[in-house]
Amino acid sequence: MSHAIMTYAIQQQGDSRSFPAGDAFLTGATKDADVVLHLGAPFKADAGKKAVLVELNAECLAEHVDEADPSCKNVLGFARYRNGGDAPSKLIELVRLPVTDAAAIDAAKAVFEAAGFTVVVCADQPGRILDRLLRPKYNAALRFLDEGLATAQDMDTTCKLGLGYPDGPIERVMRGGLKHHHDVTRALFETYGTAAYAPPRLAVAAAKRGAR
Amino acid sequence: MGAGIAIVAARSGYNVVCYDTAEAPLAKTVKQTEGFFQKSVERGKMTEADRDAVLARFERTTDIVRLAACDLVIEAVFENLEVKRNLLAQLAAVCRPDTIFGSNTSTLSITEIASGCPNPERVVGMHFCLPAQLMKLVEMSPGILTSDAVFKAAWDWTLACGQIPVRTQDKPGFILNALLVPFNNDAIRAIEAGVADAKSIDTAIKVGLGYKMGPLELIDLIGLDTQVRLCEAFYPITLDPRAACPPLLRRMVAAGLLGRKSGRGFYNYDGNAMFGA
Repeated sequence: MSHAIMTYAIQQQGDSRSFPAGDAFLTGATKDADVVLHLGAPFKADAGKKAVLVELNAECLAEHVDEADPSCKNVLGFARYRNGGDAPSKLIELVRLPVTDAAAIDAAKAVFEAAGFTVVVCADQPGRILDRLLRPKYNAALRFLDEGLATAQDMDTTCKLGLGYPDGPIERVMRGGLKHHHDVTRALFETYGTAAYAPPRLAVAAAKRGAR
Repeated sequence: MGAGIAIVAARSGYNVVCYDTAEAPLAKTVKQTEGFFQKSVERGKMTEADRDAVLARFERTTDIVRLAACDLVIEAVFENLEVKRNLLAQLAAVCRPDTIFGSNTSTLSITEIASGCPNPERVVGMHFCLPAQLMKLVEMSPGILTSDAVFKAAWDWTLACGQIPVRTQDKPGFILNALLVPFNNDAIRAIEAGVADAKSIDTAIKVGLGYKMGPLELIDLIGLDTQVRLCEAFYPITLDPRAACPPLLRRMVAAGLLGRKSGRGFYNYDGNAMFGA
């Protein structure tokens, strides 16, 4: 889909998981722009912008703004998907609120797509799309490992050969970091309360001993 | 599935007896195997002489007694415990005591299937992936009573066929389906919960993780009715809520939306074009 050219400004405070220091996207920002991105900086409404984007980690956008406030119709959340300590992917999960305007979504998409990202739009729910879907699968794989269903290598081989995945669930979750997996699943478990999200033994142990 | 496994064995130099209770499915198997090897010739992957030699290794029969001389019998019948148990009982009556029985089940317990056999130590799980003639993976599972020697012999045969075996315990869905069925259900539940539409979910999975296919595209490919059957096989055994059939899936199947085979599932299929449904 083609969009009008959009300029963007960045308000940053601290490190950004989506755009680490040196990321090319940071260099494309301008001072006075159509769209403003808050990377760790406190959210500030600006009705004059086509879109105001708030970088999200594990939290929901509704923790920053009142999701029913009509003055927030140009506000969206976003996160660039990243498997723990892996390099960020090309995927942007764009989080909309019930009051979000279609024009604000188009503006946000235009900014990211012009920079070479693929954008998917989702509701403001914990885990967005990917962590919501992937974390229970990684939990199951780690539990299977504990139960001796198969070796880690055989589980990964099965997923690669049987499903064409570029990597298996165990190698992916280990590479991303068990502590990271623990933190994400704990946040999801606190919200959803279902066993599928409960941090598995290996991740709890890693978190307690201060491992990555 | 049986035809694919037969192709794997025959092209590795083994003589293969294809058994079915009816002529029609056997005729289909003949057509599939001949077609597969003819394509191999056309693509320059084998000579006509090699094709003829491989095809000469096939025997087709509706008489189970013709399996009497086999060293290994791999069943790929309907995924129903009683059907498989009964077949093993019949096989035990006609085959040698040392004939190994492999089961291509993807969901059922090897130990329970083996209970249909008077000597269950010779039964081993050998789950090939569709299409077996192209996919290298074989999930191999010993039942509780499977002997080490039988498992090793079946494992070695799999290697000799150029396949890649992985060892799993005899648990529902082994590795592949135990991970995949709940994951696919979770994707359907994400639609139900209004998280995102099918196209966004599949795109997120493909771009974020580098998968070739998203979960909803995959369900459309295997069939929504098949996903229902997998849920019905898993959930009563595991009582895992993620394995329970999502209501949206049942409604779509009731509406005749079965995926690619019906022209519409989570996507519409108009010729080669795909559109988000």
